[in-house]
Amino acid sequence: MNEYNFAYLDEQTKRMIRRAILKALAVPGYQVPFASREMPMPYGWGTGGVQVSAATLTPDDVFKVIDQGADDTTNAVSIRKFFEKTAGVATTEETGKATIIQTRHRIPEARLRADQILVYQVPIPEPLRFLEPRETETRKMHSLQEYGLMHVKLYEDISQHGAISTAYAYPVRVADRYVMDPSPIPKFDNPKLEMDAIQLFGAGREQRIYALPPHTRVVSLDFEDYPFEASKADHACNLCGAEDSYLDEVITDDAGNRMFVCSDTDYCRSRREAGHQGRLAQEGTA
Amino acid sequence: MTPLLQVKGIEKRYGARIGCRDVSFDLYPGEVMGIVGESGSGKSTLLNCLVGHLEPDAGQVIFDTRADGPVDTVTMSEPDRRMLGRTDWAFVHQHARDGLRMSVSAGGNIGERLMAVGSRHYGQIRGQALDWLGRVEIAESRVDDRPSAFSGGMQQRLQIARNLVTGPRLVFMDEPTGGLDVSVQARLLDLLRGLVREMGLSAIIVTHDLAVVRLLADRLMVMKDGEVVEAGLTDQVLDDPQHAYTQLLVSSVLQV
Ligand SMILES: Nc1ncnc2c1ncn2[C@@H]1O[C@H](COP(=O)(O)OP(=O)(O)O)[C@@H](O)[C@H]1O
Ligand SMILES: [Mg+2]
Repeated sequence: MNEYNFAYLDEQTKRMIRRAILKALAVPGYQVPFASREMPMPYGWGTGGVQVSAATLTPDDVFKVIDQGADDTTNAVSIRKFFEKTAGVATTEETGKATIIQTRHRIPEARLRADQILVYQVPIPEPLRFLEPRETETRKMHSLQEYGLMHVKLYEDISQHGAISTAYAYPVRVADRYVMDPSPIPKFDNPKLEMDAIQLFGAGREQRIYALPPHTRVVSLDFEDYPFEASKADHACNLCGAEDSYLDEVITDDAGNRMFVCSDTDYCRSRREAGHQGRLAQEGTA
Repeated sequence: MTPLLQVKGIEKRYGARIGCRDVSFDLYPGEVMGIVGESGSGKSTLLNCLVGHLEPDAGQVIFDTRADGPVDTVTMSEPDRRMLGRTDWAFVHQHARDGLRMSVSAGGNIGERLMAVGSRHYGQIRGQALDWLGRVEIAESRVDDRPSAFSGGMQQRLQIARNLVTGPRLVFMDEPTGGLDVSVQARLLDLLRGLVREMGLSAIIVTHDLAVVRLLADRLMVMKDGEVVEAGLTDQVLDDPQHAYTQLLVSSVLQV
């Protein structure tokens, strides 16, 4: 054993967070306040997600962390190590093997199952904040479903850019009730928000938890004449050839050559292992 | 005919100080009521009680709603009152920046009320925004500019457009021409008078400027120390004031 309580937080704190999670699941899309604790990492590092993971983990869980789709960024590695050390849980990079996945900025490409939980790190939970900074007012707007302001933001997008240019944190309406910020995932991921797994969202600095129970109706806001589009770069992955996955654009040399690769590294690897090849697969996997 | 608004015995105190007291009047559809009086006489307090920004200590504000007929808006639920505030009622602030979203384009400012009541067609919203810019004499080319780039007079005209776009039945205005240059005031008054006539608007206009009520108001209430000291048809009150205080107000304006 080690000198920490299981998963770092004391049992009373975990119970408090679990109560917030249960309430959040009971009222999909509603931001439940909780007493966020100091964690041994800076706020930008996903302390909200870490606290939700800590309150959700059991000793039998298999834990995966992704940061912008990748398992090997500093942020992902340090959170994974944190729970290896404080909870002693098994960790994995394989989406299919994980029971709890903490994520920043992406939803895995592989379809999640009913026995999995996806935990999001959320920087700003309030979708109305952009146009209405007063918290008392945004709370009232949620309770009265006064959501016209969300469309003002989309109107501004179209009038300035000719199309809805919001590409991340694209606002959604949950179960025909609450408007929710899905955290800064690309809008390409929005359709996946209707899934079999439980989704939990934790905002540490802002002290809010919200949730999507399995199969909750999630609709991306739009206009009749400018319908929502889950767009991505119009390419195939240069490594695995996938045409249906979200791509990162990578500059490969000083001459400005670029390649497109899956942002979900586990998805890309598993496709290559199954024999799929993209245009640059030889160099990429050499 | 049912009055559009029936105000009965409105009173508001700030601690021991009286904001306004025992104010009653009826407003009929298509009527414009002016409220005049010197600074501190309780005009804004009264207006804010009528529109629900302040909760009166006593009295009723009965509005003839489309759905349910006359309803006391003081005791109505907050969601219903806020709904009135974005549909049948409009409020024009003295300072345009209090009534505009300064970080949102002119078109977005005009479109907000439309979106608030469910418009979801960008092209139609934009069309209405452009139409209303024209009606308040702002060039269509400014539709994507933020109001911070506008002059004071333009900001005030934009605030009016933003409020009238949903065709409200009752407009509250607190010193709509206050703080503007005299020449700008004249143009705004002209515009307001045109809109009031064209749309058959009912309105309650608070001002300390008798020229404003002379031009816009059918009827007039004169306030002093929180109470109404004289009320009547605008021309009658201004041309033949009965109360000593009104006589003072009128004569001081004549000296200007
Ligand atoms: N928030 C407040 N707190 C205390 N007193 C106030 C407040 N607002 C207004 N008053 C007082 O109420 C009276 C009426 O003020 P107000 O309604 O602003 O008059 P007007 O709009 O005619 O200038 C004044 O004596 C003013 O000092
Ligand atoms: Mg005033």
